[in-house]
Amino acid sequence: MTKKEILVLEDLLGSNKKIAAEIREKLSQKGILTINLMSSPGAGKTTLLESIAERLNPDYKMAVIEGDIETERDAERIRAKGIPAWQIITGGACHLEAKMIGKLFPEIPPDLDFLFIENVGNLVCPASYDLGENIRCVLLSTPEGDDKPKKYPKAFTTSHWLIITKTDLVPLLPFDIQQAIKEAQEVNPSLETFTVSALKGTGIEELVGQLISALKKLRKDNA
Amino acid sequence: MHELSVVANLFEILEEKVKEQNGKRIILVKLQIGALAGIVPELLATAFDIYKKDTIAAEAELKIKTIPLKVQCKDCQKVIIKDDFIFICDHCDSTNLETLEGTEMILEKMDIEI
Repeated sequence: MTKKEILVLEDLLGSNKKIAAEIREKLSQKGILTINLMSSPGAGKTTLLESIAERLNPDYKMAVIEGDIETERDAERIRAKGIPAWQIITGGACHLEAKMIGKLFPEIPPDLDFLFIENVGNLVCPASYDLGENIRCVLLSTPEGDDKPKKYPKAFTTSHWLIITKTDLVPLLPFDIQQAIKEAQEVNPSLETFTVSALKGTGIEELVGQLISALKKLRKDNA
Repeated sequence: MHELSVVANLFEILEEKVKEQNGKRIILVKLQIGALAGIVPELLATAFDIYKKDTIAAEAELKIKTIPLKVQCKDCQKVIIKDDFIFICDHCDSTNLETLEGTEMILEKMDIEI
């Protein structure tokens, strides 16, 4: 038997990173700002998107890619707002990968302003996969507790924005917003934070304002 | 639980390399997994054992080297190994830290029979 040692030093997620970089490049050149939303199930990603859609409409065009293990329900909710939506049913997989977004590429209208990707509800696995987004957002809903950033550090260290959702429930819960922000910024000091209640409409204006600023910056940088 | 997806990617690389080398089978696979890679080494090992059946790596041994999170403070320049994932300098309390190691997920080397 002849044994041969081969030094490889290849990134196990290298192929995903390569596809993600291509997606980011193409969408950015078209002037489309792409946002990847990650959170645990039920943190309010779809409700937040419904609320954002109401504010952006009719001045800005948005579309949504929905990732779920099963059902078309989330895409149907978004379509009901008059927003184009595609449902990726992962059939058991706990996260979206860049190649799944790449497959939808031909269907994405070139005149979009914002493309939101709602990841599969899971605070662990999606954090390892770049989808070609410009902004990665992690949502933390108040019923989940303010101790989550340190329990699930990767979702928070890899995100640009933290959106604390369901703030209307704070009076009922032992959730300290300042403590949650402090814990999140300890694992990621550059994290920008927002506090919203999509149901009451609180904080949405500010969030949408920052999305529009980010879109303008993207277009200026790619001009 | 995305360890099985990671192993599927690993096998794409392994198969390509074995083909390049005209190898017969894989004897050893050595990975480097960062503490903040978002991967549980034990689950990765289980996923590898499930996946390897009836492949060129059916009898391969898997070695996983865990890489601690290593950061450098951009203010006091000290290099620190972080056991927690709190991005605050242990020496000067700065939050201006650069990650040097600990997020990687790498196929370091493989031994094959040719």
